[in-house]
Amino acid sequence: MTKTAFTLNGHTMTVSTGPATRLSDVLRRRLGATGTKVGCDAGDCGACTVLIDGQPVCACMVPVGRLDGRHVETVEGLAEDGTLNRLQRSFLHHGAAQCGICIPGMLMAATALLRSNPAPSEEEVRQGLSGVLCRCTGYRKIIRAVMEAHRFEAPENAVQKGHAVGGRVRRVDGAPKVTGADIFGDDGAPAECLAVKVVRCPHHRARFALGGVDRFVEAHPGVVRVFTAADIPGENRFGVIPAFADQPVFAQGACRFRGEAVAMVVGESQAMAELALDEFPVTWEPLPALMTVAEATAPGAPLLFEDREGNILTRGLVRRGEVDAGLAAADTVVEGAFETPFVEHAYIEPEAGYAVRVGERVEVHACTQSPYMDRTEVARILGIDDEAVRIVPTSTGGGFGSKLDLSVQPFLAVAAWALKRPVRMAYSRPESMISTTKRHPSSIRIRIGAGKDGRLKALDYLGVFNTGAYASWGPTVANRVPVHASGPYVIADYRARSEAVHTNGPPAGAFRGFGVPQTALAQEVMFDELAEKLGLDALEFRLLNALDNGLPTVTGQVFETGVGFRQCLEALKPHWRRALADAERHNAADDGARPRPRGGGPRGVGIAGMWYGCGNTSLPNPSTIKVGITAGGKVVLFQGAVDIGQGSNTVITQICADGVGLPMERFELVLGDTDLTPDAGKTSASRQTFVSGKAALLAGQDLRRNILALSNASGSADIGLAGRRLTIRDGDGERIIDLGDLEADGGGFVLWGEGTFDPPTQPLDENGQGEPYATFGFGAHMVELEVDTGLGRVKVLKVTAAHDVGRAINPTLVEGQVEGGVAQGLGMALMEEYLPGRSENLHDYLIPTIGDVPEVETILIEEADPLGPYGAKGVGEQALIPTAPAVLNAIRHATGARLRVLPATPERILRAIQEAGKG
Amino acid sequence: MPAYACPKTLDEALDHLASGAWTVVAGGTDFYPARTGRAIGEQMLDITGINPLRGITKDGGYWRLGGLTPWSAIEGAGLPAAFDGLKCAAGQIGSVQIQNTATIAGNLCNASPAADGVPPLLTLEAEVELSSRGGTRTLPVAEFITGNRKTAIEPGELLTAVLIPVESATGIGCFLKLGVREYMVISMVSVAAWIQSAADGRIENARIAVGACSEIPRRLPGLEQSLAGLTVDDALDPALAGGIEAACLADLSPIGDVRATAAYRLHAAAELIGRAIRQCAKNGSWGRP
Repeated sequence: MTKTAFTLNGHTMTVSTGPATRLSDVLRRRLGATGTKVGCDAGDCGACTVLIDGQPVCACMVPVGRLDGRHVETVEGLAEDGTLNRLQRSFLHHGAAQCGICIPGMLMAATALLRSNPAPSEEEVRQGLSGVLCRCTGYRKIIRAVMEAHRFEAPENAVQKGHAVGGRVRRVDGAPKVTGADIFGDDGAPAECLAVKVVRCPHHRARFALGGVDRFVEAHPGVVRVFTAADIPGENRFGVIPAFADQPVFAQGACRFRGEAVAMVVGESQAMAELALDEFPVTWEPLPALMTVAEATAPGAPLLFEDREGNILTRGLVRRGEVDAGLAAADTVVEGAFETPFVEHAYIEPEAGYAVRVGERVEVHACTQSPYMDRTEVARILGIDDEAVRIVPTSTGGGFGSKLDLSVQPFLAVAAWALKRPVRMAYSRPESMISTTKRHPSSIRIRIGAGKDGRLKALDYLGVFNTGAYASWGPTVANRVPVHASGPYVIADYRARSEAVHTNGPPAGAFRGFGVPQTALAQEVMFDELAEKLGLDALEFRLLNALDNGLPTVTGQVFETGVGFRQCLEALKPHWRRALADAERHNAADDGARPRPRGGGPRGVGIAGMWYGCGNTSLPNPSTIKVGITAGGKVVLFQGAVDIGQGSNTVITQICADGVGLPMERFELVLGDTDLTPDAGKTSASRQTFVSGKAALLAGQDLRRNILALSNASGSADIGLAGRRLTIRDGDGERIIDLGDLEADGGGFVLWGEGTFDPPTQPLDENGQGEPYATFGFGAHMVELEVDTGLGRVKVLKVTAAHDVGRAINPTLVEGQVEGGVAQGLGMALMEEYLPGRSENLHDYLIPTIGDVPEVETILIEEADPLGPYGAKGVGEQALIPTAPAVLNAIRHATGARLRVLPATPERILRAIQEAGKG
Repeated sequence: MPAYACPKTLDEALDHLASGAWTVVAGGTDFYPARTGRAIGEQMLDITGINPLRGITKDGGYWRLGGLTPWSAIEGAGLPAAFDGLKCAAGQIGSVQIQNTATIAGNLCNASPAADGVPPLLTLEAEVELSSRGGTRTLPVAEFITGNRKTAIEPGELLTAVLIPVESATGIGCFLKLGVREYMVISMVSVAAWIQSAADGRIENARIAVGACSEIPRRLPGLEQSLAGLTVDDALDPALAGGIEAACLADLSPIGDVRATAAYRLHAAAELIGRAIRQCAKNGSWGRP
């Protein structure tokens, strides 16, 4: 132990700790300054950026021992006398924070930049913030917020009563995200917690034996207990789809993937911090692993599960018309085979939380997308009733699908339950990457035929998805994909088949789009080749075949209103013409004969369309929202739709406020907590605005009815609330009610509204015909880029994104979803590939930085959905789907290169350019 | 609790080194990432308290870069155009945060094949100053790095400075790196070029070094000789490419890994070398006003 004295935000601190301890740990664990976040402990993400003597550095790589006499500044020091500073206010106003986990790092990097350069250019902002990764925002609003900070004057954000919907309302949960006060998974654990470390399989497939566990515990003072499969009180099994729940909390005897848990060690926090797990008594016998679908489906391949023949988890099918006849009758047919890899979600917050046993109940506080599903699964693992489990979601630092599945929850719950002491854990970055779900790798074959007139005739699709070692959301991908493989187009003769195949890869689960991004890649890229063969403009070809109101989808579903795909394409048309002309001009000026001093090269423009069904595929997925008024005049919204950054806290409040007819700022929120908030389903399938938003509207309208019933007022009456005085004005009449005079329930509430919405769907028949979704979101992206033909490197210049969102409840938040989706789509297109055992950190697994996301112009189309709240549909997943195919189409436009494998790395692009040259 | 020392003087640090098994930590930007999720078990000799090891001075026949000089200080320093490659590399190592922390000595001692600092130092014919209780010796950077993560440093020695001979301070330098994203990326290939020209505008002396394409970053002596006598116009002639490719094939031995295959690395190295040479010629002369 050494004493180190430094100033933290101007206050002298003396800490007595191991001097080699990372400054980030000291700030968070010793000084309670949890505003500084830890995303990787390796300098790769920059979330822990602090200023030391004014210079931005990563606190995860600074030994606290060297800080004697130095000055440390963190996000907690930014607000001046409790008032947000200009930069923080600019972040809030511009919607620069989504989940917020990277924001402390962004703010500190920006603070250093602005001190030396108060009015930086975009390029200077990019340079200054280049060391901080963000996975939600696509960086565009962050750049804007920093550029505008020097002259930012807070405009009034007053939202008029009844006009919250459609307004650029600031996030209701935004302030803590810019002060560092927000509590994420690793920020709220009580000090007395025990710590957990999980022993994980280092091989893709192995048998193992444990021996001498008791001796290990005895030899390590401070270690309290080791847990293995034998210590699971209930079922040693979990999985998001009950019928397919197949993953053990702790493996027994054999492991199916690298990263699978076999045991956990629980102990006092200091002892656990010093514990080296390589001393844990386990012996491994590595076995040959099936790493590809080809290996897993080869005759004689060992089965991962005895009852899953051929290692096939599940299959999906949608069939309409006669595909073989349709293709035979087509004048022009194109065919392509595509491959995409595992993609890592790479949210900046690794999974974390804590659990406490309270009497005969257990509480789990952790980052999650699905509190009620977590509750059911934890209860099954503990062998107790659902009601004996309380799930309290912390703020969640990005999810994108992976935090739908359990991660830390079973370990925390089992340990807290058995030991009757609070227990905490936070995954390290490598642990998060090896053990949690990924986007499914895909192998897709597609054939598409059209007539001379340019009309699509037939499409035949086979998608084989590597679902990894456990089911997770594999069945969902297999069901969703065949419905979507047509894209938003009219095709009479159609067959789409899908398979989810087990391998010894990491479990593949939900990732923004459930297999549809991979599928759209194949379909939209082949559309361009088909259009070219037909001699048609790529956009006109899509318009000619676009799905529209009154036309059947490939499952035979007909929407009479709300299909806004054509409008998206029409809105892109002027941009498309301008971009094509720009590219032509650029390419004519540069004939490529002279070597280009700094690279550069031909420009291309690409377009791709998209549709995506909101909510579960032909399955119920209700949401319930409650809102009440207390005798004291508080309006409380019980909002259980987990906000993982996308903005549901804000959107649902806006909708409910207008439903009641009260101003938004009167609303207090009780957020997701299975003891307090009704089930609003999971944050998944782009359903929260559409489904929970509709429930919020119904709840608001219900409360409004109950208020109006107090005075028999008509539906058009105006409601006012001042203190506990409720005023109802109807025409000339006015009624004033003192809420204190009404009878209050046990919670102090005098009035309630409740709404439940379950989107109407119909089951799919054996040919996949039916009504799988109550609504679809539509969109199209146009990508402009430049290809360095000497190296194969792509520079994306601009993305123009048109999305039919039905109604933009909050345009700032919608743009944030689009920009973030585009950024993830660019990553998927150009750089992201998770290789089990090889890219298990954020310097080998690369996601886009602030320099990799160009200007994004968002065009919002509002083709109202008849069911959605105020016409709204989802946009979360929609925004990612068309980016990658638009990138590949643009690369081909620029160079002729046909890419069939993602990511389109410089090497693959260069090879494809060379092959195109030969052709 | 493992031992930790943060000496204020070089002598103190060298005494420690002479007395036990210490892991020397400067910026810490390689040390800590290698220990993610693990306890720090070794004795850490934190040398960042030795202020005299920080800073850039011109000292007799050498430019002296103190071993603890962080990359941001090198990028921001007023140095001759011949150091442009080094400065450009300094601005592309990791991120701003890394550049504020990571040191030139650490980059050399870590001896990564993809260390961006090394190719420009090779073209500047830099030497390292190694100090121990027994005295001081110097070694050319090319001899200091002996393999992937291997150096010629002896037990008891600290890398206290990088010395660049003043002869290297005239001419023009540049640095190019290739990664799949804009910032914070480990190089698939990096190239440094340094060119001195004669009064007649022809290359008198060219040095080309390539990183991430062999076990250690290395110069291409054959290519360098063949560049002598070239004019700016010659360098813009596409015919130059053939010679560069042949030199890469002869002198480089890249591996394939998670970032790129060997074949692509060779191709990209040749392409970047051509660009680096042309960049040195960008104003119509070899870096002369």
